[in-house]
Amino acid sequence: MEIFGVSLPGLLSQLLLGLVNGSFYAILSLGLAVIFGLLNVINFAHGALFMTGALITWMAMNYLGLGYWWMLLLAPLVVGVFGVVIERLLLRWIYKLDHLYGLLLTLGLTLLIEGVFRSIYGVSGLGYDTPELLEGATNLGFMILPNYRAWVVVASVVVCLATWYVIEKTKLGAYLRAGTENPRLVEAFGINVPVMVTLTYAFGAALAAFAGVLAAPVYQVTPLMGQNLIIVVFAVVVIGGMGSIMGSILTGLGLGVIEGFTKVFYPEASSTVVFVIMVIVLLIRPAGLFGKEK
Amino acid sequence: MNLKNLAPIGYGLLLLALIAAPFLGAYPVFVMKLMCFALFASAFNLLLGFTGLLSFGHAAFLGGAAYVAGHAIKVWGLTPEIGLLLGTAGGALLGLLFGWLAIRRQGIYFSMITLALAQMLFFACLQAPFTGGEDGLQGVPRGKLFGIISLQSDLVMYYVALVIVVLAFLVIVRTIHSPFGQVLKGIKENEPRAISLGYDTHRFKLLAFVLSAALAGLAGSLKTLVLGFATLSDVHWTASGQVILMTLVGGLGTLSGPLIGSAVVVMLENKIGEFGNLLAALTSVEWFKTLGESVTMVTGLIFVICVLLFRRGIMGEIIAWLASRRASGSRH
Amino acid sequence: MKNQLKVLALMLGAAGLATSAAHAQDKVKIGFITDMSSLYADVEGKNGALAIQMAIDDFGGKVLGMPIELMSADHQNKADIAASKAREWIDTQGLTMIFGGTNSGTALATAKVASEKKRVYINNGAASSALTNEQCSPYTVHYAYDTVALAKGTGSAIVDTGGKSWYFLTADYAFGHALEADTTTVVKAKGGNVVGAVRHPLNASDFSSFLLQAQNSKAQILGLANAGGDTINAIKAAKEFGIGKTMKLAGLLIFISDVHSLGLRNTEGLQFTTSWYWDLNDETRKFSARFFEKTKRMPTEIQAADYSATMNYLKAVEAAKSIDADKVMTTWRGMKMNDFFGSGQLRADGRYVHDMYLMEVKKPSESTKPWDYYKLVKKLPGDTVFTTKAESKCPLWK
Repeated sequence: MEIFGVSLPGLLSQLLLGLVNGSFYAILSLGLAVIFGLLNVINFAHGALFMTGALITWMAMNYLGLGYWWMLLLAPLVVGVFGVVIERLLLRWIYKLDHLYGLLLTLGLTLLIEGVFRSIYGVSGLGYDTPELLEGATNLGFMILPNYRAWVVVASVVVCLATWYVIEKTKLGAYLRAGTENPRLVEAFGINVPVMVTLTYAFGAALAAFAGVLAAPVYQVTPLMGQNLIIVVFAVVVIGGMGSIMGSILTGLGLGVIEGFTKVFYPEASSTVVFVIMVIVLLIRPAGLFGKEK
Repeated sequence: MNLKNLAPIGYGLLLLALIAAPFLGAYPVFVMKLMCFALFASAFNLLLGFTGLLSFGHAAFLGGAAYVAGHAIKVWGLTPEIGLLLGTAGGALLGLLFGWLAIRRQGIYFSMITLALAQMLFFACLQAPFTGGEDGLQGVPRGKLFGIISLQSDLVMYYVALVIVVLAFLVIVRTIHSPFGQVLKGIKENEPRAISLGYDTHRFKLLAFVLSAALAGLAGSLKTLVLGFATLSDVHWTASGQVILMTLVGGLGTLSGPLIGSAVVVMLENKIGEFGNLLAALTSVEWFKTLGESVTMVTGLIFVICVLLFRRGIMGEIIAWLASRRASGSRH
Repeated sequence: MKNQLKVLALMLGAAGLATSAAHAQDKVKIGFITDMSSLYADVEGKNGALAIQMAIDDFGGKVLGMPIELMSADHQNKADIAASKAREWIDTQGLTMIFGGTNSGTALATAKVASEKKRVYINNGAASSALTNEQCSPYTVHYAYDTVALAKGTGSAIVDTGGKSWYFLTADYAFGHALEADTTTVVKAKGGNVVGAVRHPLNASDFSSFLLQAQNSKAQILGLANAGGDTINAIKAAKEFGIGKTMKLAGLLIFISDVHSLGLRNTEGLQFTTSWYWDLNDETRKFSARFFEKTKRMPTEIQAADYSATMNYLKAVEAAKSIDADKVMTTWRGMKMNDFFGSGQLRADGRYVHDMYLMEVKKPSESTKPWDYYKLVKKLPGDTVFTTKAESKCPLWK
């Protein structure tokens, strides 16, 4: 069967792969949106934190013999702690300043982190094997899908929905949201806002690292792996609406699917389609698809 | 100690140093590259430091114009000065298009639109056959200026480039000190107030954007002529990041800031290996030798330090320090 | 006064750092620019510099009474960095000759600089046949292999065994395009057909969508018009997605470092063309043992070529009694070369014509020791496998 001159299996297989990519976009943009929504900081270092998660997963395997399943828990923890350090040491000086400085500081941080790893490991990819439990593939008829990729989609969606639930539907999330709108008032109620802020950044970092662990068997683990993802993730957050959690999740997944679709008809444009969409969205709906005009 | 008198003396000395540089043993091609980036950073600063608009996609003008000029000189066989003019016009045109779209939004959204448009241009450059894709546009001849003066010699090219860059810089200086420049500063400080005073801020912002883009285009075209090629690195978003770094390190909103900033960043990239070897020789610490491979790391460190401690950039801090000395009433 | 002084000091400091060392032509300086840190780092990289240094040392460290110095740099697969470095070395360091490395885009750019500045330019790592064809120059020596030889060797062999419909996975730059084009010519000439092609960015991180497109084309053969890290990742992903069940993989440029990285299980049965293998004969084994001692890896064809080319260049300099590029090239073209790498002569278009070998990767059961990966299928005589005079567009070879 053919649609627009392309076979149905061809279309479906690309869409499914697109969904896998979309899962990464969703988790990463979720972390970015959480940090921006609650800290008002544009965390350019998100890509580097993602890369750090993947890289320490590789290092754990190669130097400590620690496997994938351990790292799913440990990597976010380690990078989360690193996030605490970054926030306490660097970020808290620039909250009162223009957005620009937050962006530049985190950009500098990115270069620093990437540079350190780059000088140790070079730029070529480090191989990471798929964990045994998830090896193998399932024949879906229109394509053979490696089981690991299905796991990526499932894990991402679960984590994203859990995060959304905590932030939008629980008391803790309510404190977080209130804390951004009016920190003084929330502090007056006895909530320790600075600690909340630090933990929020750490959480965002942990999310990025979690995505990194998921990515290690799929993409090449290299110090530069965050670089090209980060601008796409920015675009996703902007399209979704900069403070909106659900906006980021849906836009992330949606973009992955659209990219997959583009790959069928005009493969070279797949990495640029997000920017075209962003310009269109920003011109029509200035605050993004799900955002609120501040 | 009048600040106003210091500046011309400073620039005069700089100009003298630049004129003498090839005879002092400097590698002309390297200094020309420095000058192009200094112009690029100054053009960017016109938009950011003086108008308050942060463009994330300025590389689009640098690289886009580089390709236009390269193509005009290599394929159409035009003389260098026409090539440069076409490149600059290309930059201006792109600036008009990007600016018209981006200025409709404010703040971070303005910046993101410039990024998106620059990425689309990157893609266009990657795909278009005439740019040579990943291989770049190579072998752009220096040609003969006005059809008479051959630019083949590095020395001749150097002085021609020096004249062009100085003239362009004077355009920026003139713009800042003109009534137009004053309005831009007013817009940067408080746009609603400027609007209430009756200024069509949209038009002013767009004009500033186009001017900045045109001069960035001139820098890119000149770079193509000097080095003989235009590649995707010129339109990649990391080049946009670099110019932001240069302006930040040098000092936003100062005229000399971008000059210092670009010098620091370009030298960092090219000479850090030698600097590392020097440090290693001085301190006998072997690790310094690997500094050459750690450009990214050092650049990142500088970024972080600048944002935290030297927010006003090198020149910004110097000027502020001098001003505070005057204000505290010390006599000389 | 302070800020002018600071500016002046900065400019003088800049001038200082930008200044060149005194240009004495009392040393022979060899410049080596290749990919040292990215996807091609293993096929040549730092160990290529090591091979060149080995040759310099074996030659005696001196030629025509002048000491030989080797400078190396990483071009990061960027043509502008390679060309700028070459130009800077020539202008400020008194560079005598340039060794170009992997990545055809950088090779073509550097060859232009070498031609403009009249320096001998030897390239082993890059494959694009354009170096000795459309873009030939009297100073370019293309030593090890090129896309035409690879196409004629591997392409013919596969079409002859029944692989008639092809789909290409191509690295989107000079090398990939050249390899795809040259192989397409061979396939069509032998009655096969090319169903389609998909271009991937250099150093792509994820090949899954490209491979699925290839699979959907229903072609018999998937031609991998890429190299190094890209080929390794493409083969890995192909295994993951079960591409091998419906298509046969044709590696158009494979290095022993790739096979070592992937393992025999993933590469057995792969047929490809190479210019050299460490286990061919006693001479090759002797060189390889020395190389292995220093690096703990067997040399790739490029690294062996680096050594061999350096030796032959220095011999040519000695014979010409000069380091002037024109004199050296004229002398070199008249020399017959014969060493552990190969035997043959330099052609007028800069091509070194020597035998190539069609190899097949052994099954894990057939391999008896580490690095014992290939078995020889056929020897391909030089004059059958490189560009012929009729096919050449080089004005230097008429």
